[in-house]
Amino acid sequence: MRHRVKGNKIGRTASHRKATLSSLATGLILNKKIKTTDAKARALRPLIEGMITRAKVDSVHNRRIISESINDKEAVKTLFSEIAEKVGDRPGGYTRIVKLGKRQGDAADIAIIELVDFSGSVEKKPVKKRTKKEEVTTPVKETEESEIKDAEVIEETVVETKEESTTEADDTESSQQEKKDE
Amino acid sequence: MPNPKRKWSKSRRDKRRTHYKASAPALSTCSNCGEMKLSHRACPSCGYYAGKSIFIPES
Repeated sequence: MRHRVKGNKIGRTASHRKATLSSLATGLILNKKIKTTDAKARALRPLIEGMITRAKVDSVHNRRIISESINDKEAVKTLFSEIAEKVGDRPGGYTRIVKLGKRQGDAADIAIIELVDFSGSVEKKPVKKRTKKEEVTTPVKETEESEIKDAEVIEETVVETKEESTTEADDTESSQQEKKDE
Repeated sequence: MPNPKRKWSKSRRDKRRTHYKASAPALSTCSNCGEMKLSHRACPSCGYYAGKSIFIPES
């Protein structure tokens, strides 16, 4: 019988679970969108929803209650200013969980949990798009760098041959001429 | 204590195991890009779910 059994212990001791959920809540508040396992996202949801509901009324008492479960002053600030302002009068349901599929490695169900009111604003500046642009530009840079490197290497060999020229004058002159021909 | 009288042969063991089969995942087409995707999950090729962009795919 599954009577009065609530929530998921996510395989952790009470203190470990508290720390995990606190960390996830901080990450979600600061980034508005996090990718984690489906089980952790669903364990986080009731916690973060309760926090946002409390953050709608800005008072010293409420800030202290939130600070009990979040050990990050910046996160508490953004929760009470930015998030509480944007959420406005939404009557609960502040988060959205979308499943992504299985993770390669341990086949864990992966999901994205995001704040509904911030869902559009985060996507406008994705980090992955920047890497795309870098990939397009970097090959050109790499070729230039490789040419420069080759030039430096040739110069170094010339210098070495000059150093050798102190001992063996005749041989080095011929080697330098060969290098120049190359 | 009652015990099995005979060892079950490899044949009998393997015959039992003929019904152990992996089933193909029930895929559906993505409404955004038309690729095959698992239902109730974001599309891995375009990152859309329920008409919304959930993530931007890497490639």
